[in-house]
Amino acid sequence: MQQPDVRGYFGEFGGRFVPEVLIDALDRLTVEMTAAFGDPSFWREYDEVLRDFVGRPSPLYRAERYGDAARVPLLLKREDTNHTGAHKINNTVGQALLARRMGKKRLIAETGAGQHGVATATVGAKFGFPVDVYMGAVDVERQALNVYIMKVLGATVHPVTGGTQTLKDATNEAFRVWAAEVEEAFYVIGSVVGAHPYPYMVREFQKVIGVESRRECLERYGRLPTDVIACVGGGSNAMGIFAGFVDDPQVRLWGVEAAGEGVDSGKTAAALGAGRVGVLHGSRSYLLQNAHGQVQDTHSISAGLDYPGVGPEHAFLKESGRATYVPVTDAQALDAFFEFARAEGIIPAVESAHAIAFAKQLAAERGPDDLILVNLSGRGDKDIAQVRAMTGDA
Amino acid sequence: MLEAIFDRARDAHRTAFIPYVMAGDPDLETTAAILTALTDAGADAIELGIPYGDPLADGPTIAAAAQRALARNVTVRDVLDLVERHKADAGAPIVLFTYFNPIYQYGLERFAHDASDAGASAVIVPDIALEEGEELSAVLAEHGLDMPLLVAPSTTPERAARIASQSSGFIYVVSRLGVTGAGTQPSTEALREKIRVLRATTEKPLAVGFGVSDAEHVRAVARLADGIIVGSALIDAYAGADGDDAAARVRRFVEPLIAAADFSAP
Ligand SMILES: Cc1ncc(COP(=O)(O)O)c(C=O)c1O
Repeated sequence: MQQPDVRGYFGEFGGRFVPEVLIDALDRLTVEMTAAFGDPSFWREYDEVLRDFVGRPSPLYRAERYGDAARVPLLLKREDTNHTGAHKINNTVGQALLARRMGKKRLIAETGAGQHGVATATVGAKFGFPVDVYMGAVDVERQALNVYIMKVLGATVHPVTGGTQTLKDATNEAFRVWAAEVEEAFYVIGSVVGAHPYPYMVREFQKVIGVESRRECLERYGRLPTDVIACVGGGSNAMGIFAGFVDDPQVRLWGVEAAGEGVDSGKTAAALGAGRVGVLHGSRSYLLQNAHGQVQDTHSISAGLDYPGVGPEHAFLKESGRATYVPVTDAQALDAFFEFARAEGIIPAVESAHAIAFAKQLAAERGPDDLILVNLSGRGDKDIAQVRAMTGDA
Repeated sequence: MLEAIFDRARDAHRTAFIPYVMAGDPDLETTAAILTALTDAGADAIELGIPYGDPLADGPTIAAAAQRALARNVTVRDVLDLVERHKADAGAPIVLFTYFNPIYQYGLERFAHDASDAGASAVIVPDIALEEGEELSAVLAEHGLDMPLLVAPSTTPERAARIASQSSGFIYVVSRLGVTGAGTQPSTEALREKIRVLRATTEKPLAVGFGVSDAEHVRAVARLADGIIVGSALIDAYAGADGDDAAARVRRFVEPLIAAADFSAP
């Protein structure tokens, strides 16, 4: 598995493109993270919290009826069964433990759909940190339920009114607040994005998905999957599951991006599919942008994938050819959402529905001897109101 | 080459006064008029912002100014054209202030060439710190452009020394934690200490910015630093105005600040 170089690069992607005011905090975080990662007692506590609080290991479930599942074996890594309903909490537990180790006084976080905000509010409550969550004003409206859940958990949600008022702007604001309170506050980033060491650190906290999947796959099926599929917003659930298999060259890795209305429609969130190399939120990676280097407005049915950038390690895996990135549209994801719910009795997050939609396409090209593994990154309860409104169901 | 403005100011017993404005806010003609007004008022150099939609180092005032400029699709090329006109009129030296991605997409070599051609003196890139700055500063230097680097309150003394040796034109001393904005007054005590440490390692000019917003701040900083940068407060001063009206407001706002930059005054 690739480690970033000392400057935080995976190949030519990553780095630290942030104001000077944050460099010392990133340096100190790197030192503390490195010490913690080498300390068995840190991982022991992380594992304990994941077991007793989050409910890990998450099940590996074999689908029976969805798509071609009767012909081509299809496994689902059930991150939807985690406490708070998505993979996001694996990462917030890890970062909260680091924040405590560093003696930080409070946590700040950005959130789009609210899943990462909820996961941060949850660990804030558990470990006794005050939590401030920055969220685009448009998302505050769209995700009213998660906003209230964060309040119940004692977090303060700050609507961000600058720019497009979505995740990109919430992230800008979290960086600005961090710059002002860099001594006291720990910035809990929600995906494998941001300046070094965040992309690497978040991957290490999500790696548990891939490690568990690989182990259980071998134990129960006696072999590795032939294909591993995950949706990619910033890319944390995908890096988490990929991490278990990246050193097994025979396992094909598939990242599924949100095409929105189509990769070439201009209404998309597929950074790797439709973007160019650029710099956003502290790292060099692929980015949806116009010819002048201004970040483009994005669109996806799924708030969690509605982000113009993507983690630098995905850019690296794309360039090296180790992983392949494919688009799935809003309409395809919505179809998969219903079809999967009705075939398996599991309502997927609309983010995860993108991966599930591609699994069905891929199964058509695979046979009974293949084994497809999909990361079911979250559950769909949070999306019910939106899906209901979109489909016009009373 | 930018260092000369600090020498001239010091000889006149002043701290160099460097106002910041956003190009294209609210339109390019207004910015042209403001640049002229600032030159006439006696600005030693002018920081000219290239609008960017995701300015991580900026507070609400400058972020909103960038949005107004972007609403008119102001591009890097437009800003360079503006610089060219301004220099043709013998305007004050221009320090471009731009985030990395717009110039990365423009092409670093092409940007350095065109900025130099247009007559700019220096380029500040707030999301480039020491580590990522090597290539860019080399490319800019080849075209005779300075690249001042920033030192923040959180910068360790050891690191500040390295920044000071890499920085060219001047060293941008960030007066407080956080982002740009006229809000809280910088702490003179902490600033004095930072400047003392820097002076021990460098002879390059030190210019202070972030949060300097009135004559009293300017007077306090003038006794410590070689230059003073005033941005958000100036932008607030002409917000909502355009054309000659905006230029007149700018002039009214900066005149007392420039007077306060004279440290020979009692
Ligand atoms: C269920 C779910 N899956 C995926 C994502 C996308 O994030 P990432 O690409 O970092 O896994 C989100 C983000 O909110 C999410 O809630």
